[in-house]
Amino acid sequence: MARIRMIQAINRALVEEMERDERVILIGEDVEASIFGDTRGLLERFGPRRVRNTPISEQTLTGMAVGAAASGYRIVLHMMFANFIYTGFDAIANQMAKLRLMTGGQLSLPLTVIANYGAGRSTAAQHSDTPFPLLMNLGGIEVVAPSDASSARGLLKSAIRSDNPTFFLEPGGRGGDMGDVPDDDIVIPLGEANLLRDGDDLSLITVGSMTRMTLQTARLVEDELGLSVAVLDLQSLVPLDEEAVLATVAKTGRAIIVEESRDRCSAASHIAALLADRGFGTLKTAVRRITVPDTAMPYAPSVELPLMPNPDRIMGAVRDMFDGDNPA
Amino acid sequence: MASNQFPDINELASFYLRMQVIRKAEEQLLLDVRQGRAPGQVHLSDGQEAIAVGICAHLGDSDQITSTHRGHGHFLAKGGDVKAMFAEIYGKAEGICGGMGGSMHVADFSKGIVGANGIVGAGLGIATGAAFANSLDGDGRIAVCFFGDGAANQGSLMECMNIAALWNLPILFVCENNGYSEFSPSATVTSGVIADRAAPFGIPAQRIDGNDIDTVWSVSGQVIADIRGGGGPAFIEAETYRFSGHFSAEEMVLATPYRSEDEIEARRQSDPLVRTRSVLLERGMSEDKVAAIEADAEREVADASAFGEAGTPPDAGSAHPLMFAGGDL
Repeated sequence: MARIRMIQAINRALVEEMERDERVILIGEDVEASIFGDTRGLLERFGPRRVRNTPISEQTLTGMAVGAAASGYRIVLHMMFANFIYTGFDAIANQMAKLRLMTGGQLSLPLTVIANYGAGRSTAAQHSDTPFPLLMNLGGIEVVAPSDASSARGLLKSAIRSDNPTFFLEPGGRGGDMGDVPDDDIVIPLGEANLLRDGDDLSLITVGSMTRMTLQTARLVEDELGLSVAVLDLQSLVPLDEEAVLATVAKTGRAIIVEESRDRCSAASHIAALLADRGFGTLKTAVRRITVPDTAMPYAPSVELPLMPNPDRIMGAVRDMFDGDNPA
Repeated sequence: MASNQFPDINELASFYLRMQVIRKAEEQLLLDVRQGRAPGQVHLSDGQEAIAVGICAHLGDSDQITSTHRGHGHFLAKGGDVKAMFAEIYGKAEGICGGMGGSMHVADFSKGIVGANGIVGAGLGIATGAAFANSLDGDGRIAVCFFGDGAANQGSLMECMNIAALWNLPILFVCENNGYSEFSPSATVTSGVIADRAAPFGIPAQRIDGNDIDTVWSVSGQVIADIRGGGGPAFIEAETYRFSGHFSAEEMVLATPYRSEDEIEARRQSDPLVRTRSVLLERGMSEDKVAAIEADAEREVADASAFGEAGTPPDAGSAHPLMFAGGDL
């Protein structure tokens, strides 16, 4: 067991997978300089054949990832900020997500796209998006987001080993979070949620960047309101651990979903729909979503931070749930 | 180099057979669309056959090609199975893609046919990625990216030429300039000479008569040998013409034609099949032998069409399990 930062855990997963499989190739924008630190030192370790800076040419990079993965390599493409996915979106939406079906299953595309997502640091609207909804909607794309150092390592290792295009979305600004990471070669199967704490009265369902805050808020809810609160870290949105979602809500009867997409068609909406479809009989009250309102993220902290999911908004939803029209 | 100037008569005869198969296959497909045997629409490459056949003659199964929405010719020239193509376009489980892709997505990875593509210019990045993989392998494989003059106006062409030159990738960019960007004459949407766009990247480029099989074969043979030898990317702009429309139902959607019958008739004078046929006769092949090649092509296409018609529609539930490797998530 080692206590390291999330970004170091990501770096370690890359090192381990590149050592494990020499066909793992890392390309991307500034993977040498590595502004987040996740790819730092990899060029020195693995050389320019396997670690390559690319031009800022997203529409080509996503296409190249498809072509190289279709030709036998296991590609890791670093796109820096998740907003830059949009400039490379044709090869994501029209090629990566569809090629396997279109060719009758002739090929697998073992490729991982890494991008840093989320708001809260005054990076303004073009560097703050959480693109869960559009990626989840494509069909042929796996989507994962780690919440701490250990899940970052385990999920990235799984993503790289997956034979499908997988987006590994790094929680922006959380790279410095310290966490315990096991020494063993542990991978987290894609599609497996992690029940961080169990509870009887309320399920807080979350993913990625919002997990730590949600966990802290759960303790607050327990202390201030005397409720027993479960926290489920989804870890993977596609595939989604539907059974884990249904199981915790079957126990508590109440769900608040906390994640950072804009609300319309968000991951939270999808989970609310799942609960309506398959968990309706277990619900004691309406499902609440704590997401980002349907707005671009503003720059000024005084406007940006209140738009983010935060403890106040979660507490408000809990109070509403228990005091309002739907008493416990 | 003299021996490489022209294909020998037997090679030329095999090219003519392939070109005839492509032409007759597409004529059949147009009928199939109109008569309902094919459920979708097709984009025909009649008139452009010499480019696909002349260039693919230099490629093996491990070399990759990416193609366009006008991809039947590339598929067949690269060794794709004509029966499996017909079954695919008829929407049958026996199709090369199990009926999941159709005309615009014919692909056979075992033959290095990375696929036709419905997005104009999308093959550029994919071919560049395939060439990147080849450069990592260093085994002499090359990637050939077929694209049209319309795709030459996608910014990714610039991006791909930049990376291909920077990384010295084994890739041949082949712009099939048929004079029309879908329904717009190239001159109205394209500035300058397309081949000239390669020069700033230091990529050698040539403009050739794409309807002359000798030229296509000999020029691309030399260029491909250079690429295999580590010479890096190259660019060919092959001038050509498509006799059919952009797609098979355009008469139904267009208020007025965007080109004249006179123009099409005039361009038939340089039909690559007619020209190849003349060359075969000039070089001593008998009229009977040439006619026998044409009959062979006709039979191959008729058999393929019958095979496709006899196929089975794929099960209604067969799409979802194909989305992910490792089964249904």
